[in-house]
Amino acid sequence: MGRYLLRRLLQLVPVFIGTTFLIYWLVWKVPGDPFAGKCGDRGCPDNFRAMMTEKYHLDQSIWVQYASYMKNLFQGDFGITYSGREISDIIMTSYPNTLKLAVVALTIEAVIGLGAGVLTGLRRNGFLDNLVLISTLFLIALPVFVIGFLLQWLLGVKWGIIHPTVSGEMRMSELIVPGFVLGSASMAYIARVARTSIAENRRADYVRTAIAKGLPMRRVVGVHLLRNSLIPVVTLLGTDLGALMGGAIITEGIFGINGIGRQVLRSIVTKESATVVGIVVVLVLVYLVMNLLVDLLYAALDPRIRYE
Amino acid sequence: MSEQSVPGADGSGRPAGRLLEVDDLRVEFRTRDGVAKVINGVTYHVNAGETLAVLGESGSGKSVTAQTIMGILDTPPGFVTGGQVRFHGKDMLKMSAEQRRRIRGEGIAMIFQDSLSALNPVFTVGFQIAEQFRIRRGMSRADAKKRSIEMLDQVKIPNAKGRYSNYPHQFSGGMRQRAMIAMSLALDPEVLIADEPTTALDVTVQAQIMDLLGELQRERRMGMILITHDLGVVADVADRIAVMYAGRIVEEADVYELYAKPAHPYTLGLLNSIPRMDEKGQELRTIKGLPPNLMNIPPGCPFNPRCPMAQPVCREKVPPLLQIGSGRASACHFAEELVSRD
Repeated sequence: MGRYLLRRLLQLVPVFIGTTFLIYWLVWKVPGDPFAGKCGDRGCPDNFRAMMTEKYHLDQSIWVQYASYMKNLFQGDFGITYSGREISDIIMTSYPNTLKLAVVALTIEAVIGLGAGVLTGLRRNGFLDNLVLISTLFLIALPVFVIGFLLQWLLGVKWGIIHPTVSGEMRMSELIVPGFVLGSASMAYIARVARTSIAENRRADYVRTAIAKGLPMRRVVGVHLLRNSLIPVVTLLGTDLGALMGGAIITEGIFGINGIGRQVLRSIVTKESATVVGIVVVLVLVYLVMNLLVDLLYAALDPRIRYE
Repeated sequence: MSEQSVPGADGSGRPAGRLLEVDDLRVEFRTRDGVAKVINGVTYHVNAGETLAVLGESGSGKSVTAQTIMGILDTPPGFVTGGQVRFHGKDMLKMSAEQRRRIRGEGIAMIFQDSLSALNPVFTVGFQIAEQFRIRRGMSRADAKKRSIEMLDQVKIPNAKGRYSNYPHQFSGGMRQRAMIAMSLALDPEVLIADEPTTALDVTVQAQIMDLLGELQRERRMGMILITHDLGVVADVADRIAVMYAGRIVEEADVYELYAKPAHPYTLGLLNSIPRMDEKGQELRTIKGLPPNLMNIPPGCPFNPRCPMAQPVCREKVPPLLQIGSGRASACHFAEELVSRD
């Protein structure tokens, strides 16, 4: 177990370097003058140009730029924006908001998606099954912004049940609808995967054994069936956290949430390359860590998977 | 010899003390391709302390009968269309789901063929035994664990204490089947149904498992239904044998009588197909043809297309299962000729 973990952590190093380099290269190699439009109509003063060029090694090769960026990164220095703001400060204010939103979305996915999947997997072809199949198809087919604007208009404007935008305090009650919007497509996938998985395992021999032992049905389903059916669902949920955070950009825009999606978008438009890289690098870390956690959880759920 | 119907077949005049009786059971599988009549009036019983072997080819309906008794028949496609399954004289098919659940494990328990797929892969063997003590008997975790280790000990699993926390895939086939037996006996059932318990095992291990089953059955005075297609397995353990063909019992007899003088051509064919040491080098004798398609069972005796003795009457009339002599019955028009033959 310890050796497996060490090996997995070592594997993360080349993946981390590879992905971050790609991002760095893509972002900084965007054509155009990095100083264009930064300092108003008159253009940037020479001493500012010289300072930024030196800070980001703009006159040297991409390799040198990347290496020095990574060196600073590991010392906790994400760099500064052209206006002199610490990028780590931007990350610290925007990440918690997005994380909060993504966790709410993930919870809604897990509870509603899994619940619907289990219920329909046990009773296929019933009314509920058809309802879930059709509604999940809707959620998968509709783009997030349609669902987002629709719910915002219906619940926020027309019926006045919620406030149309989320306040700066980011209260949990305010995040339920944005979370639902963000997680809607994944929730539909989870419901479908759980449904198939439950229906498949429902006829498994070990379920039959559990029934033959005279266990109550809720234990047969809740313990024996569920534990086996959860394995594919856990993979989906685990890898989804990164996707939710990265994909929050639209939801954040609709509900006015100050998260990483809005920051990245703003930074791309204003060519704040260092900010884009900084935010995305942290996102890569989230992906990698979640993937590792899913693999570890896998083995916890299925003892047949060996750490070797 | 008087022809009278087998006791229990008509639900009247059955002797008291019959533990488990299957009475004229009918089951069909409704599939997209049509209706397969899998069980067509099966009648058998088992008493306390007695072992009944149910013998038959794959598809003869022996396992489906067992699943119907246990109430684990997959519905759909399987539907019970008639008959009774009486436990202590009460028809289980008319009981509520909750009443039936209480009989499972405590009244009637079952051992499955493939212990690897029949045990839950993600829980330890110990957990799967102990949960019965916890859920059904309300024992504490510690007590349930102690009792489970005792059970593993009883089925002669070495180092039972250490094996308690192993997963099914960490057991060998024979040990896994022992664990399965321990699990099925945990609640001290009155009837044990063993559905081909040794089919998935090596020959040497098969003998050990059969010995263990026989020993446990005698110790506990259980009624045991041993489902098998292997004539070799039955001889040592069973008291009576019921031979099934196309969803019917075609012959039922005491083990020695059946081996000595089979009263049905199908049984005769089965016995003749056992390889014999004194016929080394010769071709194996087989029963010609294939079992009937259960969606289209031939009229008359279902065995008639394969039967070397078939007469015109066999293609017209279904032979009923009739008693011939004491305690044995045959569903052949020529049963008496077969028995009185030398």
